[in-house]
Amino acid sequence: MIGNIKILMHQGKQYIPDVTTTEVPGIFRGRPEISTEPVDSIALVDLCPTDAIRLNPVQIDLGKCVFCGECAFAFPEKIKFTLDYKIATNQRESLIVKEGEYNNIILNPDLIREEIAKYFSGSLKLRQVSAGGDNSCELELNACGNVNFDMGRFGIEFVASPRHADGIVITGPITENMAEPLQICYDAIPHPKIIILAGTDAISGGIFAGSPALNRSFLNNHKIDLYVPGNPIHPLTFINGVLELIRKRKG
Amino acid sequence: MSDYIAIKNNETILLESIPVLRYEDFLSFNTSLLSNEANHCVHYFGYPLPDKLKLICCIANDEENTILISSSEIKVELNSLPSFSAQHLAFHIFEREIHENFGVAYTDHPWLKPVRYAFDRADRNSTIGQYPFYQINSEELHEVGVGPIHAGVIEPGHFRFICNGEQILHLEIQLGYQHRGIENLFVRKKKLLQRNILAESIAGDTVAGHTTAFVNLWESLCGYTADDDLQYARTLALELERIAIHTGDLSAICTDIAYQLGSSVFGRLRTPVINFFQVWCGNRMAKGLIRAGKNHFHFSGELADQLRKLFDDFEPDYQEMWNEIKELPSALARLEKTGVVTHEQAVSIGAVGMTAKTAGIKRDIRASHPHDLYRQFNHQPIVKHHGDVYSRTQIRNEEILQSIDYIREMIKNPPDVHINRPPLSPPKPDSFTLSLTEGWRGEICHCAITNGNGELLHYKIKDPSMHNWLALALAVRNNEISDFPICNKSFDLSYCGHDL
Ligand code: SF4
Repeated sequence: MIGNIKILMHQGKQYIPDVTTTEVPGIFRGRPEISTEPVDSIALVDLCPTDAIRLNPVQIDLGKCVFCGECAFAFPEKIKFTLDYKIATNQRESLIVKEGEYNNIILNPDLIREEIAKYFSGSLKLRQVSAGGDNSCELELNACGNVNFDMGRFGIEFVASPRHADGIVITGPITENMAEPLQICYDAIPHPKIIILAGTDAISGGIFAGSPALNRSFLNNHKIDLYVPGNPIHPLTFINGVLELIRKRKG
Repeated sequence: MSDYIAIKNNETILLESIPVLRYEDFLSFNTSLLSNEANHCVHYFGYPLPDKLKLICCIANDEENTILISSSEIKVELNSLPSFSAQHLAFHIFEREIHENFGVAYTDHPWLKPVRYAFDRADRNSTIGQYPFYQINSEELHEVGVGPIHAGVIEPGHFRFICNGEQILHLEIQLGYQHRGIENLFVRKKKLLQRNILAESIAGDTVAGHTTAFVNLWESLCGYTADDDLQYARTLALELERIAIHTGDLSAICTDIAYQLGSSVFGRLRTPVINFFQVWCGNRMAKGLIRAGKNHFHFSGELADQLRKLFDDFEPDYQEMWNEIKELPSALARLEKTGVVTHEQAVSIGAVGMTAKTAGIKRDIRASHPHDLYRQFNHQPIVKHHGDVYSRTQIRNEEILQSIDYIREMIKNPPDVHINRPPLSPPKPDSFTLSLTEGWRGEICHCAITNGNGELLHYKIKDPSMHNWLALALAVRNNEISDFPICNKSFDLSYCGHDL
């Protein structure tokens, strides 16, 4: 017992006091900024492993980007990744970062369904489904609830049963073999319910896009409430995105 | 002519230098090799030739540091092949895969069931919802089905238990839900960077392990010798990944025995280690760090100082927590003698990694087939003998401390920056390469075959989980079903690494 208390004391404070303003350590690859510098744009487009870069104007689709950083290494005067981890949004087009535009990525309040703020702003229980996820996003979603990030303080938690959940968090590119379990799980969640896509693989298929082993038809039939890009997602990206979603109100 | 060609880890050979044996000779040669415990099968797979199926078997000899490669060519329609598995169970998963992918029917395979329902399987009519589970008809017994979606935030897989009351008689593990067709994508995606990123995504908890296997293989295929800076980064990443995941697993083991303090403390101790990856390379899972023929993230003296400081802070808190748990009767009661894998079982199924090392098998690529800086380490694998959950807990503790020692040694001499690295030449034509690494779970094996133009013809990946899932199924027999979560966690096997 004494030993346990001693250990407890030695931990000090581990939690991040304010997850909305804290700075991430190191050289994190968050929201990119694209300058208007002219470069060999054909070479730039060609080097990207997931066709995330398009031209006229030069743009990066964070829903496709696997954050490998190679474009920034090859063209440092053109592309630079910032430490800004707030890159989740509820509008697919907002994930496209264009040259010369240095705005933050935000949620569009008009697209947030009314029930979300009404029912979930103080408590949101989520069911996670990994559908071909490589276990990196899953590890980071688990980390959201650890003593450092402590997402539970906002009433956001993962639950075991879809019947206890208010929504689903999908990771992975959605494999053919998971298509049916995913649908069954979603159907088991009572209304109203939300869908969050966590990670580039879930948003676009990522590096797996075009694989014949995928079946992404679930996404054609449902409205997505939140896109959280990353490879894997950073816990702070996820937590901030969800907080915005459940707290942001119209006008 | 010899029955085999002996190669070293990461050696590229001409495809035609691999002897092609008659199937009967191929079978007897490879199965008889396994009567020596120093030999084990690191890979056995098939790939289609125009009118035949080519089988390649790779048996590692851990004492002589060689891998014995042999091959055979069969007609698939022949339909009546005797199996390797009837002679030695360690081949079971590989033959199941050959059966599933190409329709090879074995006459005497003990357990010829689907592996992962790959999209390019031979029988498209067999689907994942119709898996043929083993059944026992008895009024006293009941079945418990768990998954594919589990209670926690983890990957999917289905566990089917046959229980007598609370006691597990039999567990069958059905996987394949995570199948993304990744081996096929290695061939289809032509850019090196794409393949490099695919390697990082085989199992996102083993980025350093699988990516090192890939880049070492690729560089060998291109006749490129990695300089000390590249080797240093890979070795360091492998050991850091081991520390991070092992520490996280200790946390998860505490969670599963409802020991909240251990769960929190080990959980938060993992954080600075993965954050260090972010400081070093911008990603907490080390994605982006390891690249064939280049390194964007030189490990500087400044990073070395930061890492030293990290361990100075980590060690006392870690040690204090470990000392507490290892003497806590309520924790030990849940861990000791639970989920035992015997030495005999581990040998028979060809177990690798922690599962092998905790059942008295000294099997560790860092010692037996060293690559990168391991060639200078004289690594002594940590071996335990009880094969229970506690052994798998203890080995994590000891491997964490061993890895910290290795890293403390390494960071005394960070490498020089290399500028103007030579570019990679194209891969050699008509070649075969095999690469082994010891990831935190155990042995990873990648194989590649090129065609006459030096293009990738076939890519094969083996995660250690391929061997070890059966160990979990055997370990839980006669245990209480309530001990399943802690057994499962103590192995912490990969679903996506298995399903590919
Ligand atoms: S960082 Fe993103 S946009 Fe840049 S090359 Fe990599 S995947 Fe493409």
